[in-house]
Amino acid sequence: MRRFEGTDTYVATQDLRVAVNAAIALERPLLVKGEPGTGKTILAHEIARGIGKDLITWHIKSTTKAQQGLYEYDAVSRLRDGQLGDERVHDIANYIVPGKLWEAFEAAAAPVLLIDEIDKADIEFPNDLLLELDRMEFYVYETRRTISARHRPIVVITSNNEKELPDAFLRRCFFHYIRFPDRTTMQQIIDVHFPNLKHELLREALTIFYEIREVPGLKKKPSTSELLDWIKLLLVEDVPPDVLRTRDPAKLIPPLHGALLKNEQDVHLFERLAFLHRRERG
Amino acid sequence: MFFSFFAELRDAKVPVSLREYLTLMEAMQKRVAAFDIEEFYFLARTSLVKDERHLDRFDRVFGHCFKGIETLADPKAELPEAWLKKLAERFLTEEEKKQIEALGGWEKLMEALRQRLAEQRARHQGGSKWIGTAGTSPFGAHGYNPEGVRIGQEEGRNRSAVKVWDRREFRNLDDTVELGTRNVKLALRRLRQFAREGAAEELDLDGTVKSTAHNAGWLDLKLVPERHNTVKLLLFIDVGGSMEDHVRVCEELFSAARSEFKHLIHFYFHNCIYDSVWRDSRRRQIEQTPVVELIRTYDPSYRVVLVGDASMSPYEIEKEGGSVERWNDEPGETWLRRLLDAYPKAVWLNPVPQKYWTGTASIGMIRQIVADRMFPLTLDGLDRAMRRLTR
Repeated sequence: MRRFEGTDTYVATQDLRVAVNAAIALERPLLVKGEPGTGKTILAHEIARGIGKDLITWHIKSTTKAQQGLYEYDAVSRLRDGQLGDERVHDIANYIVPGKLWEAFEAAAAPVLLIDEIDKADIEFPNDLLLELDRMEFYVYETRRTISARHRPIVVITSNNEKELPDAFLRRCFFHYIRFPDRTTMQQIIDVHFPNLKHELLREALTIFYEIREVPGLKKKPSTSELLDWIKLLLVEDVPPDVLRTRDPAKLIPPLHGALLKNEQDVHLFERLAFLHRRERG
Repeated sequence: MFFSFFAELRDAKVPVSLREYLTLMEAMQKRVAAFDIEEFYFLARTSLVKDERHLDRFDRVFGHCFKGIETLADPKAELPEAWLKKLAERFLTEEEKKQIEALGGWEKLMEALRQRLAEQRARHQGGSKWIGTAGTSPFGAHGYNPEGVRIGQEEGRNRSAVKVWDRREFRNLDDTVELGTRNVKLALRRLRQFAREGAAEELDLDGTVKSTAHNAGWLDLKLVPERHNTVKLLLFIDVGGSMEDHVRVCEELFSAARSEFKHLIHFYFHNCIYDSVWRDSRRRQIEQTPVVELIRTYDPSYRVVLVGDASMSPYEIEKEGGSVERWNDEPGETWLRRLLDAYPKAVWLNPVPQKYWTGTASIGMIRQIVADRMFPLTLDGLDRAMRRLTR
């Protein structure tokens, strides 16, 4: 079995690598939590790329039912076909539509299955998948057939903590909490994304970024993905590093702050704090 | 192997079960982490801990088990005297030391520091108040920072590299008392009551089969409305005065409740319910809603949640004209009872910690009026309150 060591576009810290490799070696699901924008979803993509597997994604919405991941029985088309006298109607299997889990189980080589934002669904959703994820098999009542995985897929589950997950479900998973990267890790991440970034610009940008994150009472702290967007903007607009360095009282908030601060209360708060800060200094 | 570690984790209230332990053993057998204490730490963490709130506790136990480092099990426990002295020495100038002598010596100072510690911890979880208040403390401008003075590790032992678990980076995720929006939502979820109402959008398979059969085989689709949460809630929030300290927790409750219920009507009041309440704090003088009108408008199937610290002068409850805002013809108690009579399903949530309830006369009075349906605004209290409401 290949080990996951991060990829050229994804910086995986050691703890994350251990967690991913444990999940691969023991064929158990890996549950990933962390602040929004710290690369939870991307992780599954990178695992698939890093160890050369296919990726199957199942995005969960508030209305998603566990059953939809297994299969759905298309009763309406069968009724319609029955009315039209279609031959297909005699075999119920024609109306069973496989879901993402089925797809992953039937794949020729073990794929990576991403169950994205599991906390969006109803509170009972994880419980409904317990057995399926544990044994990697399920039973189709309509055709009286058991679908079991040819190769156990590598399951990556992400959660944004909107709902508490049941204990029984957690026991079956490996768990990893993606901590917000510190400055050195962040530097690596940016190096990976913008290899030719000027050193000065990076330093100034990071200073401002971590300063913003330190501001108490922000509603939404900017995270890695926001920082990357912001740097992209700075590059596109060709903002020179000294603009970031000048602490001109007239320009209280950093240029192109729209990429970092996502609601107007935060912008106001930041302006006010920056103003007070300058006044204290001056 | 590692069984004492496992046992200690359980003692530290990290919910590990045999299953996780076996998983860890299995992973060790498969050499996921080989001969590297750090990798072993990461592996143990990923297989044994399932919630970021337990990560800090895990780190402490790990440090204790595998290094023999003394842990400070409970931050509220006695602090070692020598440690405190050392801390104070480090932070104080000669001049300040003299001041302390004047204040009553070390004994007193220790006490103050201990208090400060407890207080800071408590405050820190409640809000962001402590920022910027440095300067008055005898402990120097930095205040007390557990990160700066490392707990559980002798200075000089490991100066260069702090072990990962000793860094205890997950400390602020350990929120045994904090009330997060998510937790509030989870507690409010107890109130859910589903019923089908609204536009028919979902296919009713049983109904369709039945009516198709009735129709001699001609397809007759039947649809049913989707299921919705039908609980209706009136939320009354005390604002102003002594409630200022609890604004944050109330905000959380409010935002969680708003996304959870379709029928949520909120009102504000001050200290006690009188003849009218208001919906918008900024326009409270202009737009008031008389309680009588409110009772007429919302039927008794609404549930009532009152949030307030119930801390006021007893006169504000039992006397006419007791209101601090304006003249009231009838005492607050009458109005409160009127409201409770109209809505049999009601609870009072109090952000004041339960252990202080007996200290305030007005809390006792309100408790009596609401027939002991007062609950502390903690997760557990909220949970009990919601159970009470569904009864």
